[in-house]
Amino acid sequence: FAGLADVSISEDIPVEGEITVPVGSRSPDEDYSTLDEPVKDTILRDLKAVGKKFVHVMYPKKSSALLRDWDLWGPLVLCVSLALMLQGGSADSKDDGGPQFAEVFVIIWFGAVVITLNSKLLGGTISFFQSLCVLGYCVLPLTVAMLVCRLVLLAGSGTISFIIRLIVVAAMFGWSTLASTAFLADSQPPNRKALVVYPISLFYFVISWMILTFTPQ
Amino acid sequence: GQRGGVGNMAAPGGRSGAAEWGGFEDNVQGGGSAVIDMENMDDTSGSSFEDMGEMHQRMKEEEEEEAEGEAGAAEEEEDGEFLGVKGLRGQLGRQVADQMWQAGKRQASRAFSLYANIDILRPYFDVEPVQVRTRLLESMIPVKMINFPQKIAGELYGPLMLVFTLVAILLHGMKTSDTIIREGTLMGTAIGTCFGYWLGVSSFLYFLAYLCNAQITLVQMLSLLGYGLFGHCITLFVTYNIHFHSLFYIFWLGVGGLSTLRMVAVLLSRTVGHTQRLILCGTLAALHMLFLLYLHFAYHKVVEGILDTLEGPNMPPFQRVARDIPVVSNVVLNTTAKSVALTL
Repeated sequence: FAGLADVSISEDIPVEGEITVPVGSRSPDEDYSTLDEPVKDTILRDLKAVGKKFVHVMYPKKSSALLRDWDLWGPLVLCVSLALMLQGGSADSKDDGGPQFAEVFVIIWFGAVVITLNSKLLGGTISFFQSLCVLGYCVLPLTVAMLVCRLVLLAGSGTISFIIRLIVVAAMFGWSTLASTAFLADSQPPNRKALVVYPISLFYFVISWMILTFTPQ
Repeated sequence: GQRGGVGNMAAPGGRSGAAEWGGFEDNVQGGGSAVIDMENMDDTSGSSFEDMGEMHQRMKEEEEEEAEGEAGAAEEEEDGEFLGVKGLRGQLGRQVADQMWQAGKRQASRAFSLYANIDILRPYFDVEPVQVRTRLLESMIPVKMINFPQKIAGELYGPLMLVFTLVAILLHGMKTSDTIIREGTLMGTAIGTCFGYWLGVSSFLYFLAYLCNAQITLVQMLSLLGYGLFGHCITLFVTYNIHFHSLFYIFWLGVGGLSTLRMVAVLLSRTVGHTQRLILCGTLAALHMLFLLYLHFAYHKVVEGILDTLEGPNMPPFQRVARDIPVVSNVVLNTTAKSVALTL
């Protein structure tokens, strides 16, 4: 029994090999050197990365840039701006029935977490934060829709404005769902794509609903 | 040689924790010397625990060195020296702290891998879209054969999606009826209601099933009740948009009744004894139907609608002024429903 457990290398065979770990795109030296650059450079680099991802969302091609270098800055900015714009769509003065900032925030993040868990449980190959990143970035079309709705509501709130808003929000909802499934559905086994697409569409439907039913006071 | 780590009780012989716990053996003072080197005794007034990290680091380094081909004896000598330097008292304290550290780390990693492991739930999500669709449709069809235990699929994807859909429909209903929630938010209330019903009533019915000797597991109960919410979803989706009270009652009895009948039939097939069957299925039917009733009326401003529906079939539909949806869509829907009702 001891012989089976004995995995030591016998003394007369020289042990050799490489100790260094093959580095990826970011070696530790690179990270340390970015500490010395001016803050402006860091911020600009991050902003450029975020901007590039926005472009990827608006024109969803099958690129893996969104997945590879995930970051949560973009989703945070989008979530906060959407929640700010949805603030104050309230009912009568004291008790408002409209969504508060915290509500929108929680809906978006909680919904994204649930969808990520669901896609992982269904056998997805994507990691937790990558999925959060994609779902957050794909809120961009809906934020644009919110802007447009607010502008339209400035003009008036009759039937025509409702129809315009309905069309815009429906189009953006479709765009968001398509963009996110273009990134996320690939990581699933092929016959289960529908199981992943449904919660995503439900999630964006709830957000679109909040945008459509927003009336400023 | 055996290379048990410090505090590793499982490794036999050598540097096992049991051997070190003896504490007064030769390897403590290194090299077999019987003299304690008092001038190097370290009075560690600080927490021995804090030194654990350092000690472990050294252990790791020593183990790495050994892996590159050094003999085990050399390691023991080094260790002996190291321990001798730190002194006897501090060393005992360190050993105790180290045991605790190891035990705590083992327990924490075990607990983490047990509870935070998402893979526990993985088998319950192993479904195909076709299966989900089939089960959704089957949830509305009551089975006839109640003498033979019916199969219930222990799957959680469908029920979870149905609960979320119900939450979305509830939100829509609450918004169109401008329910004013004082404590809490719309979303919190909707999620709390739906999840509370699904998890709470499932657990309660599982407990009742345990009392009544019914053959059903908790996951199966969750799955059964979850799929039973499909009828609720359909009913509420239709009646939140078409505000027709008699329509709601038809849907309540028809659609809600069908899904309840299916759940009752499945439970009947798994329970023996008249009293037990009555208790279990009666509770389920009551809770399920009452929940649908509650969802409709609690999030719907009912003013004079009840009186109106009791009067006659040729009543004009109950006009509700929903604040967020413009009057146009409401009027269109209601006139359509009214014309349909009139032609029937």
